[in-house]
This record gives sequence, C-alpha cells and structure tokens, in this order.
Amino acid sequence: MTDTRPGRQATAAPALAESNSGPFAIELKGISKAFGPVQANKDIDIQVRRGTIHGIVGENGAGKSTLMSILYGFYKADKGEILVNGKLTTIPDSQAAIRAGIGMVFQHFKLVQNFTVLENVILGAEDGAMLQGSLTKARKVLLDLSREYELDVDPDAVIEDLSVGHQQRVEILKALYRQADILILDEPTGVLTPAEADHLFRILRGLRDQGKTVILITHKLREIMDATDSTSVMRRGTMVATVKTAESSAEQLAELMVGRKVLLEVDKRPATPGKVVLAVENLSVTDSHGVKRLKGVSFEIRAGEILGIAGVSGNGQSELLEALGGITRATGKITLNGVELPLSGPEANGQTRRAAGIAHVPEDRHALGMILDFTAWENVAFGYHNSPEYQKNALFMDNEAIIADCAAKMEKYDVRAPIPTLAGKSFSGGNQQKIVVAREVEQNPDLLLIGQPTRGVDIGAIEFIHKQVVALRDAGKAVLLVSVELDEIRSLSDRIAVMFDGQIMGFRDPATAGEGELGMLMAGMGDQKGAA
Amino acid sequence: METMPKWADVVLVPLISLVIAFAISGLVVLGIGESPVEALRVMVTGALGSSYGWGYTLYYTTNFLFTGLAVSVAFHASLFNIGGEGQATMGGLGAALACLFVPWPHWSLALAGALIAAAAFGAAWAALPAWLQAKRGSHIVITTIMFNYISYAFLNFMLVNVLRPEGSMDPASARFSEVTNLPNLGDILGLIGIPFSNKTPANITFLIALVCCVVVWRLMWHTRLGYQLRAFGKSEKAAVYAGINPVRITMYAMLISGALAGMMAVNSVQGEANRLLLNSVENAGFIGIAVALMGRNHPAGVAIAAVLFGFLYQGGAELALWTKIPKDLITVIQALVIMFTGALPYMVRRPVEQVFLMLKRPR
Repeated sequence: MTDTRPGRQATAAPALAESNSGPFAIELKGISKAFGPVQANKDIDIQVRRGTIHGIVGENGAGKSTLMSILYGFYKADKGEILVNGKLTTIPDSQAAIRAGIGMVFQHFKLVQNFTVLENVILGAEDGAMLQGSLTKARKVLLDLSREYELDVDPDAVIEDLSVGHQQRVEILKALYRQADILILDEPTGVLTPAEADHLFRILRGLRDQGKTVILITHKLREIMDATDSTSVMRRGTMVATVKTAESSAEQLAELMVGRKVLLEVDKRPATPGKVVLAVENLSVTDSHGVKRLKGVSFEIRAGEILGIAGVSGNGQSELLEALGGITRATGKITLNGVELPLSGPEANGQTRRAAGIAHVPEDRHALGMILDFTAWENVAFGYHNSPEYQKNALFMDNEAIIADCAAKMEKYDVRAPIPTLAGKSFSGGNQQKIVVAREVEQNPDLLLIGQPTRGVDIGAIEFIHKQVVALRDAGKAVLLVSVELDEIRSLSDRIAVMFDGQIMGFRDPATAGEGELGMLMAGMGDQKGAA
Repeated sequence: METMPKWADVVLVPLISLVIAFAISGLVVLGIGESPVEALRVMVTGALGSSYGWGYTLYYTTNFLFTGLAVSVAFHASLFNIGGEGQATMGGLGAALACLFVPWPHWSLALAGALIAAAAFGAAWAALPAWLQAKRGSHIVITTIMFNYISYAFLNFMLVNVLRPEGSMDPASARFSEVTNLPNLGDILGLIGIPFSNKTPANITFLIALVCCVVVWRLMWHTRLGYQLRAFGKSEKAAVYAGINPVRITMYAMLISGALAGMMAVNSVQGEANRLLLNSVENAGFIGIAVALMGRNHPAGVAIAAVLFGFLYQGGAELALWTKIPKDLITVIQALVIMFTGALPYMVRRPVEQVFLMLKRPR
C-alpha cells in the first residue's frame, strides 16, 4: 500500500522496449477491466518475449486470471490494446484467440471423459462432417508432436483411464494441434505430483526451445524460480514488476506480491508429543458408487503434535477428513482420548464430533466450511449453533451474543472488514478462511482437523493461519493437517504421512525426508507397495 | 460489495416490475378496444375504494398470506413446495371435519380446533412428499404436484360419498352449526371504533394470518430450527458438515409449510362458506408461489405481495362485473404480474444495478 517502489521500476521497464516491439509474442498495453465496483485489472502493461517461459505470479484476486481471460477472449477489456506478434489484435472470443495462435490449458480440464485422446484432440477442429479424415490426420500430427516434445500419450486411450498428468498432456496437445504458438497454463501443477510437475516443466522447456512461448500462471514461487525465464508480479489488479527470474529470488517476489516482507518459513519449536489423542484403526470409506476411497488407514496423533498428510489431491485425504469429521460414513475404529466414536448410524455426525472435542476446518470452505450467503456472525455460529452460550432461552437463539462473539473473533484474527453483519461472500478468500479458522480454533478442541488451510489464501493470511495452528499444537492439542502443498506439509508438520490411492504409503520425519522421497511415496512407490 | 442499496433491491425493483406489468396489461386492454385508464379506475375503486371492496381484498389477502408463507418457509430450505393447493385442500377437509363433528361451545374454540385440524391435515399431506424426498430422493416438485391431484380426487370422493347430506344433489358438506361462525372483520374493527363493512367475507382469520407472519419471521431468523433450515437451504453439503440432519430438516420444513397451507382453508371454509365445497381453495396454493417469489421469501414481503394479489383478485372480479373486458383478461394481468415480479426479476434488477453503479462512479 505504502510501498510503491517496485511499481515504479516496472513502469520504467516497458518504455525502454517500446521502440522495437518485434520480438514480443504478446504485448498488452493499458489493459483495464472492472466488474462493477471491483477493478480487476488496472492499466496493465506486459510484454512477453517470444521463445521464453514467462511466469505470472500474484495472490488470489490479484487479477491474473482476469488478465488471461481477456487474452483468451472470455472477457472484453474496458480499455487497452492487445498485440500478438507485434500486430494489434482484437480477441472477442476464444475462437479468435485460437486463430491468433493462443492456446490455453485450464486448471480444470475441459475434456470429454468417455472420448479417446484422439477424439478429444479433434473436438471442435474437425475438418468436415465425416470424422475419419480428421482422425487419420490428427493421429499423424499427434505422433509427431509427442516425439518432438516428450508428450507421449496413447492416442486411442480413453480419457477417464488416464492419470491427471496425462490428461494435462492431452490439453497441451489439443492446443498444439490447433497450431498454438503461445501457450497459457493456469495453475497447472495443482493436481500433479512433484515428479509429474517436473515432467511438465521439461515439456514446457522443450516447447520453448522449439520457439514457442509459454505463459505460466501460478501462485507457487518455487515453480516460478524453477521453470521461468522472466516473471511478472501482480498485486491488487496492477502489474507491480517484471523481472528476469534468474536475477530475482523467491523472497523478493513474495515481497512484491504482498507489498511487505513476509516470512516464508514457519517459525516453530520442536514438538513435545504427549499422550495419544486420536487413534485410527483400519479406517475405510466406500463412496456412493461403491468405490473404495479409503482403504484401511491406521495412525495415531499425540497431544502437541501436527501430523501432516501429504499426497496428490484425490487419493483419499478428503474422505479421511470427512470420516473423522462425521460427514461421511466409514468402517474401522477411531478413538478420541480413549473413547470410541461412532463411524456410522445417526450418532456419527458433525454435532457429536464437535461435542467430543473435534474441530474441523474443511478443505473446501465454500462448499462445506461456510455459507456464503450467511452473514459473518451466522457463519461464526455455524456448526456450533447449539452451543449454550449462543442461546437466549429454550426457544430463541441469542443473535446479539453471536454478533458480539463474532466481532471479538474478527478483531483477534484481524479479519477485514471487521463487520459481523457483512455477508460471507463479501470477504476475500483469506478473510473467509480466517473466519472459519477462528470459529474452529477458538473452540479450543482436543483435535483439529484442518484441510488445505491456505488454499486460495493470500500470503499474509497464510502466515497468520500457520501461527494459529502451531499455537494450538503448543497448547498441547493434536492437529491433523491435510494439504496438497508439499511445502506447507513439510514446514508445518511434526510427522508426515503420505497417502496414495486411499492408503498411507509411509510415515516420514519432515526434518530428514527429501522431496524426492516424498514424491515417490505420493506416486505410489513406497514402503507398503502391494501390502494392502 | 453491494452493488445497490438494499431499499432499491427490496422496494424499487419489484415496483418497477409491477409498473411494467401494468403497462403491458394496459396495452392488452387497449388492444381489445377498451380504455386502460377506465379499467384501472374500476379495479382501484372496486378493490380499494370502499371498506366493502377492502373487505373482499383482505379476504383474498388472507388466503395468499397463508399460502405465500407456506411456500416461503419451504423455499428457505430450498424445497419448492408446489403442493400448497393440495395441502390447503386437505386442510379444508380437516377444518370441515372439526366444525361438523365436534359440538363446539364457542366460536373461539371452534376456530382453534379448526386451525389445528387444518394445520394437521395440511402437514400430513406435505409429510409424505417430504419423506419421499428426504429418504428416497423423489423430487418434491413432482411429488407435490401429483399430491395435488390426489387431494382433489380424495376431496371429491369425501364430498360425494361421505359428507354429502342425504338427498342433496350438491357435492358439498352440510352447513356447519351457527356456533362455528367466525367474527366478521367489520364487527371486530367496529369494536375498536373503525367503521368497516361487515357484508364481506373478511374475518378474524386475517388477524391469525398476520400473527403467522410474525411467527414465521421469528422462527426463520431467531430460532435454531430456522437457522438450520436456512443453512440447509443454502447448502446441503455445508449443513451436513455442521451436523445438521438433512432428513429431519426436510421433514420439519415441509411440515411447517404444509401446516401453513392447510390453515388457509379455515378462512374460506369456516370463515366464508360455512361448509366444505369442492373448490374452496380457489388456486390460492398456486398464487402463494407468486406471492412468495415477489415477497422475496420474507414475511414482510409476503404480506405486501399478498395484499397486491388480493387487490388483483378483487379488482379483477370488479372488472368482469362492470366492463366488457372478458374474465380471461384478468388472468392475463395476473400472469403478467407474476411473470415480471416473480419470474423475471433479473430483467429489471440488472438495469437498476447499472443505474446505481453509474451514480456511484463519480465519487
């Protein structure tokens, strides 16, 4: 807010390059876009040199996705110019973007699950009414592409049989088949194991070396450092700086993103584990389709200990949290402080779990953790609406007491704006998460379940939330942390369990376990391979 | 991040919708060669120009208050109760049975008994679709519609085969005893010195309906049940996370909704006809949907919308009586109002939002 120095540097840089716009694959000049009163992009200038990997970092809500959506024709900019290969271009829709040679790989893939790779690649780019010609042609192009760029995918495989990493390659192939010269990837590694992410970056480097231009949108600074040639940093809808990645550092980029110095490492003392708080034995969950999502998981968490569950998303972590939180039916046995808790039947629900002393910050705060249309104070009572201190008498709730409690929690957790009557949806992701964390942590539970505590949360709030979790641990409570961010698991946990395909592949000490080792476990190659 | 002030959302948008609906209705009236100004004059004087007109307007309003509240309560739990009609039909049967077969010593006890019976019958009629939805996932829209038809047929059977007095050709029950007659609104207002016609069917049930508005408001925003109900309505997944039992909430919401719809019949059966007729609900169950939509599911909004639809009903009857405008046109006008206020709010809200944004920007 007060620190505008980086911004000045940035505005100085483009002026230099203005004279020869030739080598730029993409050049945006003065792009602005407002959604109602929200200025998502403010006078953005950016130049992406051809044949480079260009990173765009910024916190959630910084305007990265809006900017790329403008480039891909989803939104129309209020003002500003787009130059593609030095030529002024208007991009009213995604078809125009494709014609201009721009391809996009979305965070959530847009593939037809029961089509083959080949069918997905030609979808929307068929040559005529009959498919055979296009299929034959596509097969040849596909084979050439995969040879060239390490993009090996079986053209006849059906999408739903492919791993997430392979599905992503299909998305890239789709873009290349449409002759994209400029490839935009939106948070591409969120669903990948470290090894798959490395493979992706190898592919991207290959593309770059062949003269393609890659724009990589991410909030993970490490990926920026590893993979990009230059980086643009966005903050609150403005472009604050463009730097050569090699001449920068993660700390500098973080500071540019947030506008102040941030602590990237979690500051915590070694754990002093006490008695066993939670014991889980042979816990299994079968989903509504009859598929076993959790396959006989066993572990313990002690008082004053954070157990981190690492793993690629979708390997049973969500089911584990939901079974412990009383949301999903399960089999097996769980005991909290020596008392067995029900896993099925009417007694297994969120209310009995809370009464037993389990608080739960769910992975998806929008779908589970809060109700966006409810006010902040109504969200503060959410799940604890039966608490005696929130009741006026047998009949009525004490709304005033909840509002007062909400105001107190908002102050303690520095929620902005600290107005209890504001609707949940009007808060930013970080502030929403602070409300949820405040609600759960302030119950002083014996066991805190916390899933993706910092997903969609800005760096400043991440620091704060991590502190609260460590403080709870230091107060002698047990914490089960689930996160797909390996860095978060490694820095916050006292012990790491790695999950793959509904099983725990092994336990590791975060102090000694290397990323490669954890990555192997996350990919299913570990201690218990073939055991269960 | 509000795009426009709340009053604009709550008052201005429905008002503009209403004006548009009336404007188009005016064009239709013009199209069949009648004067829209004259038509409006007839409607306003007929429905609001005298205490006699007001009496009828408030009689219809009472119906719509109950059914509007019924739909809105279910709506807060994200359940679209289309079965108000059937629940009110069964409520009528309950009220009639209570009036016919219990020797009430006083009208007030008869009223209480009829209200309880009507509410119980209405709730019971809503319970089955609710249970099918909660346990079996049968969609409540489909089942409540089907239950409407079953209730018509059942009432027909009851009136023709069971309740029809011997020798009568009319599919209707016997008259209720004089004791059960409810005090007329004119008489009640006369007690506190307000001159009001007592020649209209408006009766004490209107006041009960107003009490229900307050009760529903307290229930939805000041009790745990209301809190859980609204949470469930906004997000079932989140409700389960919070430990709210979806089956129980679905049942409670529909039982309350059905009870409110059922109570509507006390107004028409005990308050007006004094016997059970085949069509004593008169579409109030369906109009309740429009009332709830227009009233934004808030009791205060429902109250205002109920008066509006009471006005349209009474004004429409006057229109058919005094002008050459065919009765069908009244349905057209009502449909336009429903369409603009209920089904097309965004058509109006967007431009209004834009205007407010433009007003805001210079600052």
